[in-house]
Amino acid sequence: MKKNTAKKGTIARLLKMMFGFYPVLLPLTLLCIVFSATVSSIPAIFMQNIIAIIEQSWQSGDWNAVGGEIIKFVLILVVFYVLSLIAGFAWNQMMAIITQGTLKKMREKMFCRMQTLPIKYFDTHNHGDIMSHYTNDINTLRQMISQSLPQLMISGITVMTIFSIMIYYCGWLTMVVVAGVIIMTLIIKKVGGGSAKFFFRQQTALGEVEGFVEEIMNGQKVVKVFCHEEDSKADFDRLNDKLFYESEKANKYANTLGPVLNNIGNVLYVIVAICGGALLISGVDNLSLSGYPIGISIVVPFLNMTKQFTGNINQVSHQVNAIVMGLAGTQRIFDLLDQEPETDNGYVTLVNAKEENGIISECSERTGLWAWKHPHTAEGNITYTKLCGDVRLAEVDFEYVEGKRILNDVSLYAKPGQKVAFVGATGAGKTTITNLLNRFYDIADGKIRYDGININKIRKSDLRRSMGIVLQDTNLFTGTVMDNIRYGKLDATDEECIAAAKLAGADDFITRLPEGYDTELTENGANLSQGQRQLLSIARAAVADPPVMILDEATSSIDTRTEAIVQRGMDALMKGRTVFVIAHRLSTVKNSDVIIVLDHGTIIERGNHEELLAQKGQYYQLYTGAFELE
Amino acid sequence: MSSAPFRHCSFYWKGLIKINTLKVLAKSIREYKKASVLTPLLVTCEVIIECIIPFIIASLVNQIKAGCEMSVILKYGGIVFALAVLSLTFGAVAGFTCSTASCGLARNLRKDMFYSIQNYSFENIDKFMTSSLVTRMTTDITNIQNAYMMIIRLAIRAPLMLIFAFVMAFVMGGKMAWIFLFVVPVLGVGLVLVAYNAIPLFRKVFKKYDNLNSSIQENIKGMRVVKSFVREEHEQQKFGAAAQDVCADFTKAERIIAVNNPLMQFCLYTVMVFVLSFGSYTIITSRGMDLDVGQFSALLTYSFMMLNSLMMISMVFVMITMAGESGKRVVEVLSEKSTLANPENPVYEVPDGSIAFENVSFKYSKKAKKMALSNINLSIKSGETIGIIGGTGSSKSSLIQLISRLYDTTEGCVKVGGIDVRDYDIESLRNQVAVVLQKNILFSGTIKENLRWGNKEATDDELVAACRLACADEFITQFPDGYDTHIEQGGTNVSGGQKQRLCIARALLKKPKILILDDSTSAVDTKTDASIRRAMREYIPETTKIIIAQRTASVEDADRIIVMDKGSINAVGTHEELLAGNEIYAEIYTSQNKEAASK
Repeated sequence: MKKNTAKKGTIARLLKMMFGFYPVLLPLTLLCIVFSATVSSIPAIFMQNIIAIIEQSWQSGDWNAVGGEIIKFVLILVVFYVLSLIAGFAWNQMMAIITQGTLKKMREKMFCRMQTLPIKYFDTHNHGDIMSHYTNDINTLRQMISQSLPQLMISGITVMTIFSIMIYYCGWLTMVVVAGVIIMTLIIKKVGGGSAKFFFRQQTALGEVEGFVEEIMNGQKVVKVFCHEEDSKADFDRLNDKLFYESEKANKYANTLGPVLNNIGNVLYVIVAICGGALLISGVDNLSLSGYPIGISIVVPFLNMTKQFTGNINQVSHQVNAIVMGLAGTQRIFDLLDQEPETDNGYVTLVNAKEENGIISECSERTGLWAWKHPHTAEGNITYTKLCGDVRLAEVDFEYVEGKRILNDVSLYAKPGQKVAFVGATGAGKTTITNLLNRFYDIADGKIRYDGININKIRKSDLRRSMGIVLQDTNLFTGTVMDNIRYGKLDATDEECIAAAKLAGADDFITRLPEGYDTELTENGANLSQGQRQLLSIARAAVADPPVMILDEATSSIDTRTEAIVQRGMDALMKGRTVFVIAHRLSTVKNSDVIIVLDHGTIIERGNHEELLAQKGQYYQLYTGAFELE
Repeated sequence: MSSAPFRHCSFYWKGLIKINTLKVLAKSIREYKKASVLTPLLVTCEVIIECIIPFIIASLVNQIKAGCEMSVILKYGGIVFALAVLSLTFGAVAGFTCSTASCGLARNLRKDMFYSIQNYSFENIDKFMTSSLVTRMTTDITNIQNAYMMIIRLAIRAPLMLIFAFVMAFVMGGKMAWIFLFVVPVLGVGLVLVAYNAIPLFRKVFKKYDNLNSSIQENIKGMRVVKSFVREEHEQQKFGAAAQDVCADFTKAERIIAVNNPLMQFCLYTVMVFVLSFGSYTIITSRGMDLDVGQFSALLTYSFMMLNSLMMISMVFVMITMAGESGKRVVEVLSEKSTLANPENPVYEVPDGSIAFENVSFKYSKKAKKMALSNINLSIKSGETIGIIGGTGSSKSSLIQLISRLYDTTEGCVKVGGIDVRDYDIESLRNQVAVVLQKNILFSGTIKENLRWGNKEATDDELVAACRLACADEFITQFPDGYDTHIEQGGTNVSGGQKQRLCIARALLKKPKILILDDSTSAVDTKTDASIRRAMREYIPETTKIIIAQRTASVEDADRIIVMDKGSINAVGTHEELLAGNEIYAEIYTSQNKEAASK
């Protein structure tokens, strides 16, 4: 569920952040806005003066007598206008820079924060929802920063300036205006509130339509096969009508606000005129700071000021929706930025090493030999352990959600170069074990040791760098095939990448692609088959050349015949490495050194293929097809 | 009922696409035509009144200045009040009709798009990506809705206001109004220049923006990969560069747009200065004959109105161009014509379950160089059980998709019951030829609801019977809610094997003459797989059954097995014949039964 409410202090935090981004430019811009707004509302005074002069002397028809005075005022006015224009131009330009710059920095902040979040965040949050931070929320922010905030400031300042001028001239009429404005505010609150309510409902209805359309579009072929078109049309119509109803309501409210405020402004104008006239006729003493008597030279500019006053309030009302939405969006962005990043207290690091006379020492150049650098604070010395890929789990317990045990007392070991396979039904905990090995999740109890070092002590990035992983859901990135393979090792040469592709058995289909290794992949390699994508991700892991590899259903979409062909490459790839294999297809795991059968998070059988078949247990049943996997 | 058909496409003539886009979109206005026409009329009335009000107020000001009676002021007040109420009524009603019209258009467009997609053939479906269809039906439609609202309201209001204010300014101010003839073109040209420069930039940057967002999406989806290769910094750098690029372009475009505001101010100020100096000169030298104070203030009001409406026009201009892109994307969907059409005098009865392929060749799109199927000749008797086997990409699925006319052949013809499939009513044909697709999908709803896709009228007993046949009853009854168990979107709360069995049951409920299982038991254990096949043999012997499988075990007992290789039939025969005489079949068999073979 989207949160549509902003917490207190959201706006303050946003402003603080923006000041941080632009410590000089932002204050300067705000200054320009204030200056421009103030300057452009002052001319009312000069206009009043000019009208007063005309008022006094229009019957004389003698331009020479008063012309100089009028021209003087006009010139002062021109000066103010020019200043206002310069300031206006400046703030508009600067605001464009600030708006886009802020958005960019927000995007970067979100993206960087996102990269540090634990996998758990991505497993427990809807991907579409995470994405909408970058699209919808950023858009609402843009609207708010570039339009609503300046407009709010300008209107606020203008209203205040005009208000003081009004008080300066005539207190009575000011009271009339204030009364009108109070009514307008009440209407904005009522109508604006109603429109906001329906806009939120409209968003919900839109979400429902989106969800339905997505489901049906995904299954469109099934719809066709079952001739179910008419029924899905009927279902769609129901949701579509609801969306129509909500959005019509929302827009009705929003569209009415303009004319209503506009005409209240007109009526207020007339009321001020009437009151002005009444004051003129009755000759009541003026209540003002200036002490001018009430005259036509006060009433006429006052009418103009009334118009400006109500016009500005109307302007603010247009921003109500944008601000409500913008604050909600900002809040959601902050929610993402406030997510706890993955913690890493590891201090054992992976370094290049060389071995001389059985003694391992650190070196700066790449030797192909790696070692764990283990500083011992207690003894104050540093030890080096060779990276071999020896993985041991001892009595490991784990749960994703408290109280729902996924792994129970799991102990196993994989010696360097061994191939360990996990077999079991969906939910038995196979993938969970691999999630624990590279610390996507942390174990609840027990110990995992890597080359004899507790993995909690190893810096996460180094731990992960030492393990290659190939997942069932392949994720490729936009770029060429070569770029995607090189993802495993950024400084790999083209030759290394091609060698890795050959090893994975991917070279064959790559060279048949229109542009070979330079073929651009888009949308997660939509132009490749699932099997080809899997081969590519195997090549990607191969180029990284890690001592430990995890293959989680890595060949599930490659048919048995092709797999048999790829198998040779896979065997070559696995040679000399510790490999963890999860496969649904038993032919893939058959030649493993150890096969571990999991059931509900507990190891129920272990041994090699022949041993397990001889046991005639679960594995035997699975293998002979008497039992259903998944 | 069907969506706006696209009669004459003129893709050759680029200039015309826009007009065609509008034409296609306009077809979805339908019942909202009244509201759409009413809105501009109401807005026109509103604008007229709005322009009269300053006129009356000008007289009022003059009256006050002349020291009139209170009663005169009240009379004027009454008139203005009445006008304001009228204008408010027109404005509010216009606001209502405008919402109805624009939301209604959006509703019809969504409906037309959805209906049109429902009529798509498989070939059409392949063309669009799901995510793109979803965006088109949501974001793009919303853009169009907003633009339409602007068009029928502001696009009428602004020019009208401009004209009225212009005329009134001349009526009131006489030669003073000539200043507008200078200012308006300046502003107009300025605004056009701004829009002209900004729009292409926006177009360009929106493309980059899309790419940026898709790379974010990649990262969210592939976070496990990013993290396991420790590529966080690499990704951040990549993103930073792309974000910088987008930001630079956006800033450029926004800065151009940001010229609008000061430009407008400049024009307003020019008018003000001019009116003030010349106005006062005229008033004084003509002793109020050519211009009086009331007219003077009205002139200022009109100038403000005029410039404001120009501003609005430029805003509408930009909005419409942006929405134009969305319109194009929507029209693409609406004007996509289904590549399959019902024949004129369709056959509604499928006589029996025999199938014949006669010199069939097929490719997925006209542009494709390679045939997916070439020169297929095959005849299947009614009631036969046929197994199809072959590697990935050997076009097994392509072959069976021609039978229920999910695609049309490129050459040759496919006959069902001795009649060309293109002569059947499509729905009748598909009801008799049930296909369980490889990529099968359950929809959110109960198990019962999902099963009834096969036959809406099926009784509960029939549902159970079908599920028994598909060996699904055994696990359904294990669920606490049995047949009323709720299935999540995409069927994520049942296992792969269970999903496949439900899909088979759903197809069986159609009681088809031909049943095609496209790799539909891959996740089902061999024992259940065998019992499903046995049940089908016993209970629906007249039905022609075609089984595509990866496992040779699934097709061993078929009457005949077809071995597909690279888009053509490699061999046809029984299990024993093929095992003895077909290399591919033997190879597949051994790869799956090494132990069995060695025993």
